[in-house]
Amino acid sequence: MNGFMIAVGALAGFLLLGQGASAADAKIDHASRLYDTYCAQCHGVSRNGKGVNTVGLSVQPRDHSDTAAMASLPRDQMVRAIREGGAAVNKSALMPSWASVLTDAEIEQMADYLLYVCKCGKP
Amino acid sequence: MKFIAFLLAALVAGPAAAADADLQRQCGECHAFEKPADATLDRLWTRKGPDLWYAGAKFNRAWLVKWLQKPTAIRAGGVMWFKHAKPGEPRDTIDPAGIAPHPSVDAAAADKLADALMTLTGGGIVDAAAFKPEGANLSMGKLAFGKLRGCTACHQEKPGTGGVSAPELYDAGERLQPGYVLAYTKNPQAFDPHIWMPRLELTDVDLQRITAYVASLKAGE
Repeated sequence: MNGFMIAVGALAGFLLLGQGASAADAKIDHASRLYDTYCAQCHGVSRNGKGVNTVGLSVQPRDHSDTAAMASLPRDQMVRAIREGGAAVNKSALMPSWASVLTDAEIEQMADYLLYVCKCGKP
Repeated sequence: MKFIAFLLAALVAGPAAAADADLQRQCGECHAFEKPADATLDRLWTRKGPDLWYAGAKFNRAWLVKWLQKPTAIRAGGVMWFKHAKPGEPRDTIDPAGIAPHPSVDAAAADKLADALMTLTGGGIVDAAAFKPEGANLSMGKLAFGKLRGCTACHQEKPGTGGVSAPELYDAGERLQPGYVLAYTKNPQAFDPHIWMPRLELTDVDLQRITAYVASLKAGE
């Protein structure tokens, strides 16, 4: 009986974890789609700062795959740059505010996604 | 009397209705002629051509007639640039192989389609009187378009220079109505809530200058 209960508990735990993982995956997938639509034109399809629009830019976009450089960037600064534009964090004004197309929740998801892309070891 | 008024209205509406049917038949597979009820991000990725429900407030008729007979690529990156982007060094590039050329029509058909398109005014989304050409300052407009506001990051003001994720603007003065340029620049998301042109917080002075500059751009100049 104990063995049966443990098995049921383990199964329930596995399913719950699975649900949590799939919800997180869905958020990552959505953020990835948003990145492809809005960010990749400058930050690149490989998230390396080499987008199709970088040919004439006076300041090159940030390489989001650069683990060391991204690790030094506070998450709240990422959120502010996306919401208010580069100038709000003393960076290039070529990075516009995306508040007109991304919701606050999506901007937060995007910051999480950037931490996922750079493999910075933060949540 | 009422019957005569009805008859007159029917006679006036008749040719336009027929043209709309032609437009729907020839162009409806790729373009939307009514404001989409489902303007989602997925729709933006799957649509085959730009929306035309505000075409009459956007295009100059003479340009439409000419272009429909001999279409050129307006979007170097296709309707949705990401679908044609491929990673590379020193930067990503657009693979033009997957971008289908726009079909052409003869002069008579172009004339009829242009007439039909010009009836699609977008329900007043564009205020044609908002642009005040008398205050135009082209050199300040060029500065704002380039260095100050970064429009060249995505748009080309000269062939082969600037970004490729957005429509070229080097012949915008022939193609677009200034009121549309101003309205779209002011709030792109009013036209599509998910379009990848961000809404910059521009002053009215900046909007007027940028619009005047864009409206001055002609092919070959």
